[in-house]
Amino acid sequence: MDLTNSDRELTAEVEELSGENIFSCYQCGKCSAGCPFTDEMDLLPNQVLRKVQMGDESVLDSNTPWTCASCLSCEVDCPKGNNVPAIMEAIREISLRKNLDRVDLNELKTKELPEIALVSNLRKKTG
Amino acid sequence: MPDKPEAETVEIFIMGKKYEVPKGLTIMKAMEYSGYQYIRGVGCRGGFCGACATIYRLEGDYKLHTDLACQTTVQDGMYLTQLPFTPAGRKEYDLEELQVSNNPLLDLYPELARCVSCNTCTKTCPQDLEVMDFVNEAIRGNVGKVAELSFDCIQCGLCAARCPAEIPHHHVGQLARRIYGRYQAPESEHLEERVEEIKNGVFDDDLEELVNLPEEELRERYENREIES
Amino acid sequence: MREITYYPGCSLKDTAKGFEDSALKVSKELDVNLKELSRWNCCGTVYSLTDDNLMKQLGPIRNLIRARDEGSDELYTLCSMCDNTLKRANSLIRGEEDKRDKINNFMDQERDYEGSVEVHHYLELLRDILGWDEVRDRVVAPLESLNVAPYYGCMLTRPKEIGLDDPHEPTVFDELVESLGGTPVDFPYETECCGSYNTVDNEEMVLNKAQTITAGAKKSGADVIITACPLCHFNLDRRQADLLEVAPNHKPVPVIYFTQLMAVAFGYPEVNNFDEHAIDPREALELKTKAGSKR
Repeated sequence: MDLTNSDRELTAEVEELSGENIFSCYQCGKCSAGCPFTDEMDLLPNQVLRKVQMGDESVLDSNTPWTCASCLSCEVDCPKGNNVPAIMEAIREISLRKNLDRVDLNELKTKELPEIALVSNLRKKTG
Repeated sequence: MPDKPEAETVEIFIMGKKYEVPKGLTIMKAMEYSGYQYIRGVGCRGGFCGACATIYRLEGDYKLHTDLACQTTVQDGMYLTQLPFTPAGRKEYDLEELQVSNNPLLDLYPELARCVSCNTCTKTCPQDLEVMDFVNEAIRGNVGKVAELSFDCIQCGLCAARCPAEIPHHHVGQLARRIYGRYQAPESEHLEERVEEIKNGVFDDDLEELVNLPEEELRERYENREIES
Repeated sequence: MREITYYPGCSLKDTAKGFEDSALKVSKELDVNLKELSRWNCCGTVYSLTDDNLMKQLGPIRNLIRARDEGSDELYTLCSMCDNTLKRANSLIRGEEDKRDKINNFMDQERDYEGSVEVHHYLELLRDILGWDEVRDRVVAPLESLNVAPYYGCMLTRPKEIGLDDPHEPTVFDELVESLGGTPVDFPYETECCGSYNTVDNEEMVLNKAQTITAGAKKSGADVIITACPLCHFNLDRRQADLLEVAPNHKPVPVIYFTQLMAVAFGYPEVNNFDEHAIDPREALELKTKAGSKR
C-alpha cells in the first residue's frame, strides 16, 4: 500500500458524508469487540476506520459496511464518541451515489417480507 | 378572429423556441397554432385521458409546474414542453391469483418501500390527488384506501417522472383499484338481479322489437326517450 | 380518561396488528385513549446517518409537523423503530439550525417546524407517567410462573442521547414483567442486534442471529421473549420458523410484543391476534399463567 501517494480523498469524503472526525479513532478496538456481526465481515470495524484514515480505497470493496445493521452498539461503546455507524453509512453512500445499488429489486423475493424490512433495507442499500 | 383585427397575444417558448400565440388558448391549441401537429400526446381534449401531460416554468418563478395541455391556458413567458409518456414498468399479474392479505402492492412494486415522503408526487399531480398518501397506504397494504385516494387518476405518469424513489404511482393505484373491484367492493344487488333477468330472457321480446323497428321510428323513440334526472 | 396522540407506523396496520390491538385494549384498561394521528406517513424506519442527505429526514419530520398541525405537543409511539427515527429527526431539527432551515425551505407547503413536538414511547408512558402500580392494579391473571426474556434490541436504548433506558443494563421491560406478576430472566443477548434489515438480502446471517438469541433465551429458562419492534419480531419469530426447517433440533421460544403480554395478564388474551405469529405462543402462555380463566 502506497501511503505517500495517497491524497486521502476518500478520508475527506467519508468525513464530509459522516460529519465525523476519523482521526479521533485511536484503534482501541472496542467497536469490533462489541459488534455482533464481525464473523460475517471481511474487515473488522476498527480496521475499516484505520483504512479510511489512510485513504485506502479498498474499503469500498469490503462487505463490512453492508453487513453493518446500524445497531449502534459500537457507537455507545466508543470512548472517543465516534459515530462508527455513520462512517459505515458514508462508505455505503459513496457507492450508492455512483448508482451502484447493493440490493437489486428485480432479484428480490419480496413475498412475505414485511414493509419494515423492505423500507429499512432499501434506505440503506439502494441509492 | 375576423371581428377583432388585433387579437391580444402572449409570448411562449415551446421546447425553447419562441412563439406569439393568441391569449386564452390552451397549451394544446397554442401548440397547434404554432404549427405543431399532434400524432401522439393528445387524446380526449377534455381532461380525462391523461395523454397530454405537460411541464412548464414561468418567467421569474423557480417552480416546475405540471398540467394537462388540453386544460391549461397559456401565460405570457411560459416555457413548456410536453411529456406525454413516462416509461414506468407495469408488472404482469393474474388478478385471480393475487392474495389481498399478502400486500400484493408491495410484492409487485417493492420500490414503494423507497418512498421518502418528499411529497413531490402530490405537488406534481394535475388531478390534485394526495398521491403520497396513497403510496403510504400502499406500503401499509391498505388496498381499499389506495383505490379510493387514486380513484381520479388519469394515468398521465407525471408523478412517476418526478419521483426520486422511482415509484410508478399510477400503476400501483391502478392495481389497487383492480384488486378492490375484484375482491373488496361490495356487490351491487340491483346489478346482479338485472344480469339474472337478462340471462333469463326477460328482455328478449323488447329487444327483438327494437331490432326490427324501421330507422325513422327508432330515431323518434330515441329522441323522445325518458331520461332519468 | 387521558387522551394521547398516537403514531402507529406501517407495521402495526399490517404485519403487527396484534401489537396495535393489544395496545389499544390495555390502554383502555389503563384509562388511556390512544388517538391516532388522522394523517401520517412512513417514518422511514431507519434514521439517515448521512450528514448531507436531508431528503431522508422528510418522512419523520412530516409526521411531527402533522402532529403539531393537529394540535399535539406530544406524540406517542409503540414501534421502537418509529420511536427512534422520529426522536432523532426531531433532535436534528432542534439542534442543527442550518439543516432545519434547509428542510423548512424544501417543505414549502408546510408551516415551518422548530421541534415543538415531544416524542415518547409507550413504555415511557407506563414507567414515567402512569407508573408500575397502575399497571399492577389492572392484572387479573398474574403471569405467576412465567419466565420472560426481555429483548430490548437496539432502538429502544441506542444512541444514549435518545434511548429511553440504559444502553448496557436496561430495566424497563424487567420492571414491566415484574408488575405483571411474571419473572424476568437475565439473558446475555438482551441488547444484541437481530440483524435488522439484513433479513432482506442476507437471510442466513439473520437466521444465525435468531438462533443465537433465542437459544440464549431458552438456556436462561425463558418461556417467552418480549419485544417492542416489528422487525425484531419478524427476525426472531419468522426466521426461527425458517430455522426449524434446517435445524429441527432447535427448541423454539415464542416471541410476543410487550403489550400482548400485558393483554394476557389483564385477562384479554383473545385480542392478541396470535394467528399471525410463526411460533405460536399460546401453549407457553397458557401453561404458565391463568390466562383466560378470569373473564
